[in-house]
Amino acid sequence: MVEPANIEKRLSDNRRFDTIFAVIGLISTFVGMITLAALLFDLSTDGLGRISFQFFTSFPSRFASQAGILSAWVGTTLVMIVTALTAIPMGVGAGVYLEEYAPKNWFTGLIEINIANLAGVPSIVYGLMALGLFVYQFRFGQSILSAGLTLALLILPIVIVATRESIRAVPSSMREAAYALGATQWQTTRDHVLPYSMGGILTGVIISLSRAIGETAPLITIGALTFIAFLPDPPIKGEFPFVSFDWLWSPFSVMPIQMFNWVSRPQQEFHLNAAATGLVLMVMTLLMNGIAIYFRYRFRKRIKW
Amino acid sequence: METNHADAGYLAAQARIRTIPVGLTVQKVRERFIEFLMFLCAASSIAITGGIVWVLLAESWHFFRNISLVDFLTDTQWTVLFENPRYGIMPLVTGTLVTSCIALLVALPLGTTIAIYLSEYANVRVREILKPVLELLSAVPTVVFGYFALLFITPLLQQILPDLPGFNMLSAGIVIGIMIIPYVSSLSEDAMKAVPIHIREGSYAMGATRFQTAIRVLIPSAFSGIASAYVLGFSRAVGETMVVAVAAGTQPNLTLNPMEGAATITAYIVQVSLGDLPHGSVAYQSIFAAGLTLMCMTLVFNIAGYLLRKRYREIY
Repeated sequence: MVEPANIEKRLSDNRRFDTIFAVIGLISTFVGMITLAALLFDLSTDGLGRISFQFFTSFPSRFASQAGILSAWVGTTLVMIVTALTAIPMGVGAGVYLEEYAPKNWFTGLIEINIANLAGVPSIVYGLMALGLFVYQFRFGQSILSAGLTLALLILPIVIVATRESIRAVPSSMREAAYALGATQWQTTRDHVLPYSMGGILTGVIISLSRAIGETAPLITIGALTFIAFLPDPPIKGEFPFVSFDWLWSPFSVMPIQMFNWVSRPQQEFHLNAAATGLVLMVMTLLMNGIAIYFRYRFRKRIKW
Repeated sequence: METNHADAGYLAAQARIRTIPVGLTVQKVRERFIEFLMFLCAASSIAITGGIVWVLLAESWHFFRNISLVDFLTDTQWTVLFENPRYGIMPLVTGTLVTSCIALLVALPLGTTIAIYLSEYANVRVREILKPVLELLSAVPTVVFGYFALLFITPLLQQILPDLPGFNMLSAGIVIGIMIIPYVSSLSEDAMKAVPIHIREGSYAMGATRFQTAIRVLIPSAFSGIASAYVLGFSRAVGETMVVAVAAGTQPNLTLNPMEGAATITAYIVQVSLGDLPHGSVAYQSIFAAGLTLMCMTLVFNIAGYLLRKRYREIY
């Protein structure tokens, strides 16, 4: 039999521990934020001094103070174009199919399980697959095309999941209204379901592209160069036919690989270059994520069914 | 009023009505075609999986025709790029496991605490601010985290542990752990949120505090969801590449001591890919065998997680 006085004590102890845990929880949450702050602070103190116009317009060099990220940011931009043009139509198409069209059968189930599993595959394994398939089997070589396709496959599950989630949020009364007016399934999807879910899809696309910008390992695996002192063939030409696709086959480097190359060198001066590159990368990814968070917030607020 | 059958407008309208069936057929064909295109997009995900499995198995098959599976699993040296190469995967596996275990030691307690805090303690406004900021952690490029581990965390640790070498698994593991916190915390939080409110209220009615409710009621009820969060965290840690390639060194090292540097499976693949290996050589094939080992490790843990989930699933 427990004494009443003891019960009181137990209860107040429990309550005190409850409060202590609330504080511990808040502190744990701050561990992540402090890390993020320390990371930005560290990169800024080391790298901010290196960021200048010259840094963005110079090729890498043996001399740290003259080196820049021109070929790296051009490479990142071109690879991202290929990635976006592949991943967005494929991902949105797959998401629309699975939500609006797919019959409930074993094959649809298989696709769904498969997409969930793909999201858990380490990114470097995508790189190995691309090395065997794109680079050697399809003979795309160690090119911007191979790199863009690799990253597209990598972010495909993210785009599909985002598309499905935002399509699912569109109430079926919207579809039924369109059908009642004689619209076909595709007209309903194109003119009603997709525009209403655009906010969520856009959020997912931006987040997935920010992930792709930072990816390093799969691109090293397919043979991205770490030192490159020329730019790919420009996509827009002065003479007829004005556009050229030779850049797709060009060797490339991207910003995270440039950073990795500099951070693995023993000399201190190259570490400063790495920090500056890291700072540029951080600003880009944080900006993209900020935009995505804003979109999510705005669209959620605006749409009330 | 009498309709003039010779009226040009009337004839045109009639002609158009006659084409409606044709238009409908065209529309039907177009609908089918678009559906088929989108089906291809969805089915391509299966092709990706097929591609991964096929490439890993085919190249590993060539590798294991030259090197016996027994040597691969039992030899204690991995010196593929040396004069007399030896092919024992064990040093790479221990490197991977040590860094992942440190990462989990950091991420699981922190991630679970954060999940409990966000789902049970924090009010809506605090959660709306804290969650997106926390998720930014998983948006930071991993090579930046590698820089952070090598040039910030390692010097910091060296203040406490003066003998710590520049490349070590400890700092890489800690940084990976912080990196995967959002994966663990947000999935665990979702799982706890999914526990019906009346179960919480039952516990509160018995006089339990929020902490007691979380530990004794919510975690057991949400265990299957929390277990998947942990398994996902482990998969991320095992597959993490750039942090270990930058901060833990590229020297294969059969040790369980986190204070030493050691290559992981992923770091080895990066190291080999940076060099210019001829297509078809044994060293080239070895990265696929290493990748296959990595896939098998994550597969084993995913299956274990699946069985665990099935065993402890609670249905309301």
